[in-house]
Amino acid sequence: MEARFLLGFLLLLSLSSFAFSIYEDQVGLADWHKRYIGKVKHAVFHTQKTGRRRVVVSTEENAIASLDLRTGDIFWRHVLGKNDVVDQIGLSLGKYVLTLSSQGSVLRAWNLPDGQMVWETDLQISNPSNSFLHVLGNVKSGRDSLSLVCNGGSIRAVSSIDGLVVWKNDLSIDGLKLKHVFQPPESDTIYAIGFIDSSQIALYHINAKTGELLKHATQASSVDLSSETSAISSDSLVVLDSSRSNLLLIKFTAGIITYHKLPLSDIVQDFSGLAELIPTKSNDIFVVKTPSGVAFKKVKGDNELELIGKADQAGIVSDSLTLSEEEQAFAVVHHSNNAISFQVRINGREVLTEGIKIEGHRGHVKRVFLNNYVRTDKSHGFRALIVMDDESLLLMQQGEVVWSREDGLASISDAVVAELPVEREGVSVVEVEHTLLEWLKGHMLKLKGTLMLATPDDMAAIQAMHLKSSERNKMTRDHNGFRKLIIVLTRSGKVYALHTGDGRIVWAHLLTPLLQSERCPSPSVLTLRNWRVPHRKALQENPSILLVGRCGAGSESHGFHLIIDSYSGKELETQILDHSIAEVVPLPLADSSEQKLHLVIDDKLNAHLYPRSSDSLEVFIREMSNMYYYKVENAKGFIKGYAFKKGCSTGSSAYCFGTRELWSVVFPSDSERIVATARRKINEVVHTQAKIMTNQDVMYKYISKNILFVATVSPKATGGIGSTAPDEAWLVAYLIDTVTGRILHRVTHQGAQGPVHAVVSENWVVYHYFNLRAHRYEMTVIEIYDQSRADNKDVMKLVLGKHNLTTPITSYSRPEIATKSQSYFFTHSVKAIAVTTTARGITSKQILIGTIGDQVLALDKRYLDPRRTANPSQEEKEEGIIPLTDTLPIVPQSYVTHTLQVGDLRGIMSFPANLESTTHVFSYGVDLFYTRIAPSRTYDSLTDEFSYVLLLITVVVLIVAILVTWAMSKKKDLQEKWR
Amino acid sequence: MERSSTLIGSIFLLISISCLFNPILAAASGSGEGYSIAGRVKLDSFVTKGFGHSPKLSEIKVILNGGQRITFVRPDGYFSFHDVPAGTHLIEVSSIGYLFSPVRVDISARNPGKIQAALTENRRALNELVLEPMKDEQYYEIREPFSIMSIVKSPMGLMIGFMVLVMFVFPRMMDGVDPEEMRQAQEQMRERGIPSLSNLVAGRS
Repeated sequence: MEARFLLGFLLLLSLSSFAFSIYEDQVGLADWHKRYIGKVKHAVFHTQKTGRRRVVVSTEENAIASLDLRTGDIFWRHVLGKNDVVDQIGLSLGKYVLTLSSQGSVLRAWNLPDGQMVWETDLQISNPSNSFLHVLGNVKSGRDSLSLVCNGGSIRAVSSIDGLVVWKNDLSIDGLKLKHVFQPPESDTIYAIGFIDSSQIALYHINAKTGELLKHATQASSVDLSSETSAISSDSLVVLDSSRSNLLLIKFTAGIITYHKLPLSDIVQDFSGLAELIPTKSNDIFVVKTPSGVAFKKVKGDNELELIGKADQAGIVSDSLTLSEEEQAFAVVHHSNNAISFQVRINGREVLTEGIKIEGHRGHVKRVFLNNYVRTDKSHGFRALIVMDDESLLLMQQGEVVWSREDGLASISDAVVAELPVEREGVSVVEVEHTLLEWLKGHMLKLKGTLMLATPDDMAAIQAMHLKSSERNKMTRDHNGFRKLIIVLTRSGKVYALHTGDGRIVWAHLLTPLLQSERCPSPSVLTLRNWRVPHRKALQENPSILLVGRCGAGSESHGFHLIIDSYSGKELETQILDHSIAEVVPLPLADSSEQKLHLVIDDKLNAHLYPRSSDSLEVFIREMSNMYYYKVENAKGFIKGYAFKKGCSTGSSAYCFGTRELWSVVFPSDSERIVATARRKINEVVHTQAKIMTNQDVMYKYISKNILFVATVSPKATGGIGSTAPDEAWLVAYLIDTVTGRILHRVTHQGAQGPVHAVVSENWVVYHYFNLRAHRYEMTVIEIYDQSRADNKDVMKLVLGKHNLTTPITSYSRPEIATKSQSYFFTHSVKAIAVTTTARGITSKQILIGTIGDQVLALDKRYLDPRRTANPSQEEKEEGIIPLTDTLPIVPQSYVTHTLQVGDLRGIMSFPANLESTTHVFSYGVDLFYTRIAPSRTYDSLTDEFSYVLLLITVVVLIVAILVTWAMSKKKDLQEKWR
Repeated sequence: MERSSTLIGSIFLLISISCLFNPILAAASGSGEGYSIAGRVKLDSFVTKGFGHSPKLSEIKVILNGGQRITFVRPDGYFSFHDVPAGTHLIEVSSIGYLFSPVRVDISARNPGKIQAALTENRRALNELVLEPMKDEQYYEIREPFSIMSIVKSPMGLMIGFMVLVMFVFPRMMDGVDPEEMRQAQEQMRERGIPSLSNLVAGRS
């Protein structure tokens, strides 16, 4: 009874406040947020006013952003939808940014200063294809300017002020692809040049005001035309043919098309390989890039070419920058070792060469965007935005890197956690903190803060004090396990180690150049795993990380593995494997030097054991009969389970094992398609196997590491929402044991469809899907209990630890299980779902939901409890059962991201701290966000909120009181004795 | 129910006709079978409280079918999706600081141009697609203003309070007792031999 009272009291305590919430002045104490944009693919500079130096960029993450040219900070940023790929950006009227996206079908204008979308036009293009945007400079109907969007054979003129389509002209010729549009100055005629079926050249004259076709001409060409063109003057064009070895110089003066074929071998010395044309703007100059160098050519007369400059090494060439009527500037960048040479050429003439040192981990230059500024002496200065191999963005000016952005972090594909080094005695990493007086002062401020007496200045001081607290940024392990390294892998193949204290990059390495070799032509890293997590025997060894990848694009290409030190990022071992890689299976085993065993499954279903040592082989063979592997074939609609056997089909290596099919679950392809699978985290800790019910009953959780959750939907429901009717959609959820292939539980949701997001933890599954009948999202929880032990109900034994809980749960015997399930509506779409994990699994769980608004919501598991009823009894209330509602509540204070958004959220990761109450949450997308949360509040440590000064005051008051009473009692005693 | 739905239908027909002039909930058929959904996000009725975050229209995204398409709102709050096939769709508004209910939008395949919209959270039908926040969201706990009670209620406050109680109230309680009676009681105690605490401790050791 007493225990129950205590329990009730504890629950009351925990109920009295929301599990996660922070005050506004606590922002930045435990969390950090970093904004990125991704790999830049277009850049438009805006230097109209000297006060506003900005560049507008669009990236491969479909983001458009305005950056400060001085610092690289983001003024504003928008992330467009997944399918809304930006094709081109431009500036119009000096105040709008135009973006053409979705293969030329959507044109949007954004206000340059604040990023507000001004208008959006759907261009209603019937067959979207390569399209381009051309902002006309000099058509002024009123104060408007037109933007032309060409798509295949159609042209649309869009007003820049309101986005209305002023005119459109579908030239309705099959196979026509417009390549270039221009308008001579002071003319009302637009010239559009295109190719028909890449064998004919066509020229159209169009009235700029009405879109009326004035005249057109075609001319058959003797060679196949490729898509690369370069307009060199108002009436001529240079085209590469499809073999990329001939140039065609096309002239179209007075409506007549003439062309000259010029073999590249005549133009460029020692020509071999494939050439590229760099787009230019007028001035009779064009640039040909060949594998051996870059040539700048000027056209003279009808068909004469003059070489006006060349760069011998092939480098990266920027688009042309028009300085004046006659002058065209290009940037040519060469890379050598750890430096790049940056050349600016005006009309092919070299005017500036600078050598700039660049950190080795950035790789080579990928793209260059050149921009100029006018110095005080009216001469031209140049600056350039450089995109590197690792997707970082640098601004170069006057021979140095002004700023750099690590935008590779916008495309994180995988992440693991590693420990920091142990603090060694005698080696103090950070200087000893301030004196006692300062400490007291700090706490006085804090006290004022808690008592709401602080002035805004004080608040700022408190904030600053918190943020610069050196404690959280130390490079050593701490007792609470708050300081860790998050090691992330990005799409470009770069590995970063981020410090959990402030998110700074501890080390970064670009792996692809390291691996590139003849045997490995195009390496791509697939995944990373903890390779060595030293704790017992190998404490002196550094922890290390395993990276696995492929050498080519296909699934049959050779794999490689790479081991790096997680303290320094140093490469320890690289090996190109003689087999392919389909999957990496980490095993719960380790060899004597604490290296974790991993099985690499190749495309022929052979398993290769790593690390390759006799020690690990011994460990594995001992446990081999208990090792199972399953494979989910989403496309084919089946799941197969395998056991391992000695000897593999491809070689005789002792480390290669064959597989033997044990079971298969085949889903009927005409009624079910696999859309989601989920399983428990391999390293999750469960504190107790028993759950005590309100009526003193004990339920045993069915805790098995081998539960696989599979969701299938009907074939018609595989499309998005809105594509199917409720009658034709259903969702089936399975719980499958991956050792035996037994289906433990199966439930069908009629009228439901994907996308399905699921998370499995302990003995429960929570999944999120769309209910078409109610037209709302739904979340369902399934809890699984072991019935075979249900008669074991002695709570006392359980409490005293005498209960035989050591009986392992085995997948070999058929378990009798019971499931409990409940469904609730949920308001938002979900992008990612995860569950908090703590060191010992005692703390109650929260489900971390990445919502469509790019926020992360921490929802108590208590809301997803199948025992919830509409009218819970008194006992149930005492136990903390929340009355049943049809919708899961969204409490704004329980957003762990508070007022921040993790742009384009893709993943959420939770990993335990040493402190049982606390867990780390790391979420990534285009942005990164990290915080620490305590799902049941920090019951095992004093929070930062704790007021030491108040404690001190209390102690002093108590001591004074004791002294006073002592003196008083003395006096009284004396009086008593005198009496 | 049947009657009410036809009623709503006729209202929508009316609206869609009027929409030729007033594009609030327009349903113009675009290229081929696609329809357009146009609406407006309205924040006017929600005055920003100057606390935390002041939302900007430029930060608001409108999302069709859980991310299939994303659009942004114009300065006047209008947004539109083009080329949407007939069927039942879901529109969500993502905004920091406000909670918007998702909206169910039905585009009828049989009667081209007939569009119905309803909030999914409370099933309220909308006769024009004007999306207003259900409530504003405060992401931070609000600090209790300073009060003596908060100090008194804290564990330290309770300790001090108890101390004060012991110091000043207990002696007064003794004062109330008549000294004669007190002496008697003490003597009685001694006679009975109730061991005092000090005796007890001494005896044990």
